[in-house]
Amino acid sequence: MAELLKEPKRLKGNTGEWELVIGLEVHAQVVSNSKLFSGAATSFGAEPNTQVSLVDAAFPGMLPVLNEHCVEQAVKTGLGINGTVNHYSRFDRKNYFYADLPQGYQISQYEFPIVTGGHLDIEPEGEVAKRIGITRLHVEQDAGKSIHDQHPTQSYIDLNRSGTALMEIVSEPDMRSAEQATAYMTKLRQMLRYLGTCDGNMEQGSMRCDINVSVRKPGEAFGTRCEVKNVNSIRFMRQAIEYEAKRQIRLIENGGTVEQETRLYDPAKGETRSMRSKEDAHDYRYFPDPDLLPLKLDDTFIERVRAGMPELPDEKRARFVQDYGISDYDAWVLTSDQVNADFFESVAKGRDAKLAVNWITGDYFAYLNREGHDVADAPIGAEKLGGLIDLISDNTISGRIAKDVFEAMIETGKSAGEIVEEKGLKQITDTGAIEAIIDEVIAKNQDKVDQYRSGKDKLFGFFVGQVMKATQGKANPAAVNQLLKPKLDG
Amino acid sequence: MMSALTDLTVAAARAGLDAGDFSARELTQAHIDAMARHRTLNAFVTETPERALADADAADARRARGESAGPMDGVPIAMKDLFCTAGIRSTAGSHILEPFTPPYESTVSGKLKAGGSVLLGKANLDEFAMGSANITSYFGPVTNPWVAKDGDNRQRVPGGSSGGSAAAVAARIAIAATGTDTGGSIRQPASFCGIVGLKPTYGRCSRWGIVAFASSLDQAGPMTRTVEDAAIMLQVMAGHDPKDSTSAPYATPNFAEKLGAGVKGLKIGVPREYRVDGMPQEIDRVWNQGADWLRAQGAEVVEIGLPHTKYALPTYYIIAPAEASSNLARYDGVRYGLRVDGGDLKEMYENTRAEGFGAEVKRRIMIGTYVLSAGYYDAYYLKAQKVRSLILRDFTSAFEQVDAILTPTAPSAAFVLGEKQDDPVQMYLNDVFTVPASMAGLPAISVPGGLSDEGLPLGLHLIGRPFDEVTLLQVASALEEAAGFDARPAGF
Repeated sequence: MAELLKEPKRLKGNTGEWELVIGLEVHAQVVSNSKLFSGAATSFGAEPNTQVSLVDAAFPGMLPVLNEHCVEQAVKTGLGINGTVNHYSRFDRKNYFYADLPQGYQISQYEFPIVTGGHLDIEPEGEVAKRIGITRLHVEQDAGKSIHDQHPTQSYIDLNRSGTALMEIVSEPDMRSAEQATAYMTKLRQMLRYLGTCDGNMEQGSMRCDINVSVRKPGEAFGTRCEVKNVNSIRFMRQAIEYEAKRQIRLIENGGTVEQETRLYDPAKGETRSMRSKEDAHDYRYFPDPDLLPLKLDDTFIERVRAGMPELPDEKRARFVQDYGISDYDAWVLTSDQVNADFFESVAKGRDAKLAVNWITGDYFAYLNREGHDVADAPIGAEKLGGLIDLISDNTISGRIAKDVFEAMIETGKSAGEIVEEKGLKQITDTGAIEAIIDEVIAKNQDKVDQYRSGKDKLFGFFVGQVMKATQGKANPAAVNQLLKPKLDG
Repeated sequence: MMSALTDLTVAAARAGLDAGDFSARELTQAHIDAMARHRTLNAFVTETPERALADADAADARRARGESAGPMDGVPIAMKDLFCTAGIRSTAGSHILEPFTPPYESTVSGKLKAGGSVLLGKANLDEFAMGSANITSYFGPVTNPWVAKDGDNRQRVPGGSSGGSAAAVAARIAIAATGTDTGGSIRQPASFCGIVGLKPTYGRCSRWGIVAFASSLDQAGPMTRTVEDAAIMLQVMAGHDPKDSTSAPYATPNFAEKLGAGVKGLKIGVPREYRVDGMPQEIDRVWNQGADWLRAQGAEVVEIGLPHTKYALPTYYIIAPAEASSNLARYDGVRYGLRVDGGDLKEMYENTRAEGFGAEVKRRIMIGTYVLSAGYYDAYYLKAQKVRSLILRDFTSAFEQVDAILTPTAPSAAFVLGEKQDDPVQMYLNDVFTVPASMAGLPAISVPGGLSDEGLPLGLHLIGRPFDEVTLLQVASALEEAAGFDARPAGF
């Protein structure tokens, strides 16, 4: 924790240092039972083409009807990212042909997005904190999926995703390192999950990003950017940024110029490659969708959404420090995921919060990792862990014994109390009983007592060990220390 | 007396059915026979006689039980083939949707079905409702039942895009028909075929399940032989639909409330900007006649200014194609409709759309793509939208002064099939009087006003306040009464 936080590191080229400039466009699938403009379901992993309405398949005469829940989710997200929710926004058509785009256009928001402005405060690993500006958030339809590897000459189309609501969240080009980009994505994902507006499952494609990368000499104007499309993991994003930055630096230093283009990241090769150049860019012929009325939101609506907002990560983190007296670091770890934060609160309630944090972030998280569980589905839940902590707090068992008890809980599924009872692990706190054992140990080891008394006081540990051994670890360690000292000192 | 049955209006048919003068089956069979007899008009893309008889039997059964599904129960109608009808091929007049049978029913056709109306078939139309002569249909042109007098037997166009609907109603094949109107597609063919065509206020009828042409303009409406029938049919078609975000969340008034109430005390505006250069004298004549009729019935007719009128047509031909270019992107051969294979995806798109769309549709897709493209958007689309608000403002201030606006429906009578075909701009000029109301989303109606020098019908056009179809129909019924239009196409 005491490490020194640094400014983002610059990249070294043959001609000196380079600064990276990164902006992110994140596509987040809105958590909603039905699609943005149709009543079809949206669950992941359904059989192909089973969640498709006539609207999603763009049958003649079908018309879109805006799903109000999706609007609410976008407004909630806009408030979460500190943006301004616009009273007027509009849906536009983005026209292009593709086999998995049934309408031949995507309904999106081009000129008047639902949310303008905003920011997220990030704490990149090892770097100083930074505020990243957000340009806009708009709502749009997703396309279907083309499947090219099922037939030698034909492509298959799955329209289940067609028409699903997406939020596109566009950042300012404020990031200067892959660490910052990583922290931004992590923070945004955390925010969306807290708000319940996107599940953040990148591997299922419900959150993906386009990365705009350019390089420049410090202090100079922005360089020409390349856009790396559709990156679906934070790890790949990092790799793509690093590869792309190095490619651009090498290109410029070898006398070339960066062409503005769209590129693809190939995770297998760890490189980006050109997809289409600026000249080949589509002319999307945006125009207001005449099938939909402009979206007008009044303050009553916005305030109602605001009133339904959950406690956000930064607020929760501050409250944990304040209310539970735990460290900011621990609070940060716990609040990184709302489920963990909730778990902590149910364990810590009425208990020693610091002890709860230590157990949760230590043995408990290790157990989850080892067994491949989530907090939500782990057999040992808050109640059982709380029971174990209760036994430590009331001195029934020592912290050392508690670790054994925890392992036994994992093995047997029994409660801490049951295990302590069955195995007779109750701590010996009776000073008389401990004293008797101390006396016995001293009597058996008179030579060591002599050495101790002649100055080898490190041997104190040996005597503690012997006492604990004689009690199978059940003696209260504090009591042992307290009673042993005067007896050895004579 | 089978021919008499096909002469009935909706109101009269309804009365006859209620009185037990004839059954819905008899009424329907008479119209099925007429449909078969006049197949040369090519008014239908798909005939559904079996469905019609089943609908009719169901209506008769209801009546026998003393029940009624509504004011159109048992009335045979034609459905423009732009409405998706469950289990019945719905083509939009296009090759690309030739094999398409939707598993769903559009809101408006569903209301008519629930209201007991009998479906005779799917009416022919310009491809994707793009056209003013019904000559762009993949299924061939529709012929207007009217021919000129004095032995000029050249085939005339029925107008478009709802040409099949208009021809069917004029030819006494259907008692009424649905149309859709984007820039005049109900009103102009109504004028050419001598019937009544009502485009309601944008948002009055749901667009759900209607193949989209230009979403901000498309509106379904009734095509009938009387103003009263238009009111009756609109009553069934209209209403808020939560599936269409642009459908108006207003209660539906009783559209027939003020029919026949006269126009005494009403103010009717005649816009000076509609006196365009080169307007045929006969159009001017019928227009003046219309004004005189209203004046004679006690209305005050005043000249008004709608200064941005001249920009309506050019801006319409930016906005409508822009929306169409995007709306028609879904016809890509991937999921339904025509697919013409190719070596890869792009080639499949190109082959499918090259073969699937006709020349007019391609022209509009290209215009629309162009006006939305980078570097041109501001100069075309955005500018057009601004002009559109100015057009609306013109009307808004005019309606502070007047209760309805009277204009001609079209700058000419039905022209000869094959004319104007090579010059799209000439064709587009057909919509010069109908487009401004479309751009402003206003309700408007075409009522037969008389015959041209050649003996062809000419329509009078009334534009009303938004969501005030009641007053619009009130004025229209006064015009109708004064015009006493009882001419009919020879042989029908």
